[in-house]
Amino acid sequence: MKRGLAVYAVFAYAFLHVPLLILAVFSFNSSRFAVWERFSLQWYRAVAHDGNLIESSLNSLIIAIVATALATIIGTLAAYGLWKRGSAWLSGSMYLSLVTPEIVTGASLLALFQWVFRFAHLRLGMHTVILAHVGFSLAYVVVVVLARLRSYDRTLEEAALDLGATELGAFYRVTLPYLVPAIAAAAMLAFTVSIDDYVITSLVAGVDSQTLPMVIYAMARRGVNPALNAVSTLVVFGLGMLIMLSERLRKT
Amino acid sequence: MKLRNIFLAPTAILMAVTMLAPLAIIMVYSLLTRGAYGGVELPWTIENFTRLWDPVYAVIFLRSFWIAAVATALCLVLGFPLAMFIARSGSRKNLYLSLVILPFWTSFLIRTYAWMFLLRDTGILNSLLQALRIIREPLSLLYNDGAVILGLVYGFLPFMVLPLYATLERLDPSLLEAAADLGARPRDTLVRVTFPLCAPGIRAGAILVFVPCLGTYLTSDLLGGSKTVMIGNLVQNQFTASRDWPFGAALSLALMAIAMVLLFAARKRGEEML
Repeated sequence: MKRGLAVYAVFAYAFLHVPLLILAVFSFNSSRFAVWERFSLQWYRAVAHDGNLIESSLNSLIIAIVATALATIIGTLAAYGLWKRGSAWLSGSMYLSLVTPEIVTGASLLALFQWVFRFAHLRLGMHTVILAHVGFSLAYVVVVVLARLRSYDRTLEEAALDLGATELGAFYRVTLPYLVPAIAAAAMLAFTVSIDDYVITSLVAGVDSQTLPMVIYAMARRGVNPALNAVSTLVVFGLGMLIMLSERLRKT
Repeated sequence: MKLRNIFLAPTAILMAVTMLAPLAIIMVYSLLTRGAYGGVELPWTIENFTRLWDPVYAVIFLRSFWIAAVATALCLVLGFPLAMFIARSGSRKNLYLSLVILPFWTSFLIRTYAWMFLLRDTGILNSLLQALRIIREPLSLLYNDGAVILGLVYGFLPFMVLPLYATLERLDPSLLEAAADLGARPRDTLVRVTFPLCAPGIRAGAILVFVPCLGTYLTSDLLGGSKTVMIGNLVQNQFTASRDWPFGAALSLALMAIAMVLLFAARKRGEEML
């Protein structure tokens, strides 16, 4: 039984990881086709010279960094507030945002933006994408930070208050340091969901705010392209480095 | 308590703007008429909801349910032994667990594309099978329901394994020993002791997989053919190419209602996250 499970596990892990490995290996193939010819960096060179890819990557990074910073700060404050005393409608709306299918979130945001634009001289662009990203990553941040607060000893904060700290001072100097690991994890989560999002972004993005997933998606729909393998490898490698880095930081 | 209100204010505003207001707009739009140039117009109507019962759309709903159900069942069948393996692997538990979570951190879009690369007519699988002379003509593996189900299982397997692992981990080993002492064969113990005790994990995993699969857009769009239209694709189409926003709004509400009903039906007290 035990051996059977172990053999099965090997196959299951292969199923989970081999597809990406194959993709990475073939990004170094000189041929366009799925037959190995010889090692080559030509697809990486093609990526480096593709202005569209570079520009959309920069857009994605800007959006993800700004949205992550905003969602992490706002969400941490909200988690603390909810930990002090719950709020049924806030929890309810965040729960709703977690379970709403992405396509519905995107379409309804688009409907809202278009309605607002009738009265204001605004257009879809980076700002609408950032707003959408902060909106959908906020609930993730709150869930992660709130989970850490559940194991927090209330008496620590009470002691600080008894010793003369203001409410804000107690939060900033006692509670917040305790939350740092959870805040870092929440920021990581917000960043990865933001940088990877296609469905919502594609609906609320304007002509000047193409993101990397949108370009990747368009390339994938046109069919397989070795340059896309190279981009994918770079993205997966980049995210992997980020996770390792955050793990390092978490452990020190 | 003033500090609390200040801390909650930005979130309250954001949730109102990015969640509640769009939902309100969608509700209003779903009761309006499609405008001549896209957009929406009066008069009020419930025609968008009655259209949901049109066989053309009912078939899409049924197909989405079917695909999501098959994907969920496969995740359960494939995920259960894996969760069991992790729960029983002693000191290496964390390593094995992070190997399951790792794909979750890498891009979902790119993992879907990886399957396009593997499955297409001139992809690895077909090239390999042809080189081995098992097949002569390439098999069409991509752009069908099977490819969509495969993509969903691949994407959502971690969501099934994690809750299963959490319940298996807490399972008291003495219960399994007791069953064995009382003469149960390993298979009986599995079916009559382990499975029933894992019911909460199975339920949680099934919901975590089924609900997003039902509303999927990306997987069915990339891996499914023109025949594999799911609810998500239908919604997207109404808001873009078809420009029938009222019907798109009604579809969105129907999809959300289904998701909510499933979540509430599966939720037990004490399992809340927020």
